[in-house]
Amino acid sequence: MKLLFAFLSTATICFTGEAASVSDSIKTIRSVGPEGQGNTAAAKAWKSLAQANAAALPEILRAMKDSSPLSANWLRAAVDTIADRGGKLPQQALLDFIADQKQEPRARRLAFELIQKSNPKLADKLIPGLINDPSVELRRDAVAHVLEAGTAKQTSKQTQAAVKDFRKALDAARDIDQIQAATTALRQLNQKVDLPRHFGFLMHWNVIGPFDNTERKGFATVFPPEKKIDLSATYEGKAGKVKWTEFITADEYGMVDINKAYPGPGDGLKEVTAFAYTEYTAASTGPAQLRLGCKNAWKIWHNGQLVFSRDEYHRGIRIDQYQLDINLTKGRNTFLVKLCQNEQQQSWTKQWQFQLRVCDATGTAVLAADRPPTPETGTDNSGNNPTPGRRPRN
Amino acid sequence: MKNSLIALTFALGLTVHSEDWNQFRGPHGNGVSTDKNLPTTLQDDNLKWSIALPGRGLSGALVLGDHVIVTCSSGPTQSRLHVLALNAKDGSVAWHRQFWATGRTMCHDKTSVAAPTSCSDGKNIYAVFSSNDVICLDRAGNLQWLRGLTADYANVSNSLGMSSSPVVTGDTLVVQVENDSESYTLGLNKTNGLNRWRLDRPKAANWTSPVLLKSGLVALQSKTGIDAIRTEDGSNAWSYEDGASTIPSSAVLNGVLYIPSHGITALKLNDADAANTPKQLWQSGRLQPGTASPIVIGNKVFTTNRAGVLSSGNTKTGERGWQLRLKGPFSATPVAAGDYLYFVNEAGLMQIVDTTAEEGEITGKLDLGEQVLGSPAVGSGALYVRSNSKLYKVAK
Repeated sequence: MKLLFAFLSTATICFTGEAASVSDSIKTIRSVGPEGQGNTAAAKAWKSLAQANAAALPEILRAMKDSSPLSANWLRAAVDTIADRGGKLPQQALLDFIADQKQEPRARRLAFELIQKSNPKLADKLIPGLINDPSVELRRDAVAHVLEAGTAKQTSKQTQAAVKDFRKALDAARDIDQIQAATTALRQLNQKVDLPRHFGFLMHWNVIGPFDNTERKGFATVFPPEKKIDLSATYEGKAGKVKWTEFITADEYGMVDINKAYPGPGDGLKEVTAFAYTEYTAASTGPAQLRLGCKNAWKIWHNGQLVFSRDEYHRGIRIDQYQLDINLTKGRNTFLVKLCQNEQQQSWTKQWQFQLRVCDATGTAVLAADRPPTPETGTDNSGNNPTPGRRPRN
Repeated sequence: MKNSLIALTFALGLTVHSEDWNQFRGPHGNGVSTDKNLPTTLQDDNLKWSIALPGRGLSGALVLGDHVIVTCSSGPTQSRLHVLALNAKDGSVAWHRQFWATGRTMCHDKTSVAAPTSCSDGKNIYAVFSSNDVICLDRAGNLQWLRGLTADYANVSNSLGMSSSPVVTGDTLVVQVENDSESYTLGLNKTNGLNRWRLDRPKAANWTSPVLLKSGLVALQSKTGIDAIRTEDGSNAWSYEDGASTIPSSAVLNGVLYIPSHGITALKLNDADAANTPKQLWQSGRLQPGTASPIVIGNKVFTTNRAGVLSSGNTKTGERGWQLRLKGPFSATPVAAGDYLYFVNEAGLMQIVDTTAEEGEITGKLDLGEQVLGSPAVGSGALYVRSNSKLYKVAK
């Protein structure tokens, strides 16, 4: 009995000692700051943490919640190192962690991959249940499964069942390639897809311009719309008076093509600046993301506050190129985009455009409470107006 | 040739193993290897193994002892970063570390987030990605430190992708993250990743890599030319201000810097870290590098243009000599060993050129059948070539 007591005490001390070490190490690693601050202490802590046994993995994974992206990477490297060393994984604890949707999404994916490596069949069984998971990485596999199932049904002429699968895949998909795959499949089956709504692109705008951007100085110049939004105002532009006009895009990916509002000679105006403004009614207050694609220099304001700016021209555009955290205010929110075109004359420098959507951190659209119906192609300004894409405000 | 390379190795104060291929374009930063056992002809059986990689990439491999180090990026937006050590003997994985990109991962379809080649001081590996994540691991894969430069400087990025490969010298890791917006070169303390210095650099996209001129002195290339920077404090030693390419990088050999500027411009470096620009030896507009960087063997400097034409030039005069049409196009900078140049074109066709032949001669071809954009690595009689999906070992 005495021997048993002594053994249990020792085991507890060892366990407690390790747990304390793990906890302390995590705390140090979570303290790393900008420009490498805390790296020296973190390196020492990491060395200790990486020596922990596999039982510590759930605790390390849990520590990724609300940690900075840099701290998460430190912790991730410890998880990889511990797992690579072998030892029995705490499978049930990892499964519980995966099931807990309040945990850090990427950490849950990492836990899933640990299971996948050690027990692939078990991981496969989990996948279908992850179709609406808040972790984009986890739901991706589930969406892929449904797309495959839909394709098989389409091939075997089970059209209605295939449509159901593709619709399910589209509703769940957050990665562009999967959204496009589901959309293509549905359209092949004569189904309608409202892509702007799926993404949450902002389609209805007011635009004003052109202002000057000679020698790219317009980016730093404060023009009147940056001081105050007055949609009835008239200002001095680059080549005369300018005023706000309504601009509606019907582009599937929400592209707001300023060249349509202000067509110039040849390939369009150069060394100019324009603004686009819209209002958005949020159902509730809370965090959201603005996701912007743009190959011109730009600035963006939310409720009058500058969110971010970037002075890069014509290096490429992609959906979700920039992901900007904001806090929506319940009720009316305003978005103002400043868009600068530079002096380059090459064919690939013609574009003067952007695409903007509002979503949550997973990329799920956060639609305005008063979102108008998505404009159908031909019903936006570009189809029936002598000035494509542009309609003067009454 | 051999003696001069050995002398240069000592002059640079390198501590790596003599056979280690420890950075972009090898231990001397010029693509020249001292390896005497590389194949000079190619047959199918020269392909010793190929192994699948977990992601895309065009970074060159490192060869550190028995390990080949490779970086990759994976996922729909390439936001998963990988650093792998593979056993040179059979390509099996010795260790594999993964990270999440903390910076933007957008880049042109042709390139990838795993574009910069890592470097090593023999003790640690310094991996850099287009997302501006900088990761230091020891040779066993243990994390030493990491930085997210876009997390620190929010506009450090290039929507076409970054590709500059870092160099390490003394206590400093030099990371060139130059772009149209927030444009810097950083000197990081190699032991903890903290800034030793941060230089404002020309606001222009730049895909070139720093070149180590001597221990503690690097050449930073940009559209304005070359700035020689003391890595201890980031101070400027001298500048060449006649412009330079922003894609192919310079090469240094035997105290001469060959700059992609007005074709090729050759500068004779001063022995001392003097505050005056080196003497210009010559400038040749007839030696026009395309994407691949110039390379020097003995008294010949070689460039490859966008049409795949290899041109030789006299290192003393810049006079163009023979030209040889290869099957291009090339993104990957060739490597040299002995009298031979080793090319891989964008379609994955390896071509070996005997530079001693009167007009240059192709002595071997091997089709890897996949797009290759990264420069090969050399180690222990083998070439290591990576595609977007595989790593290949080619040897006798």
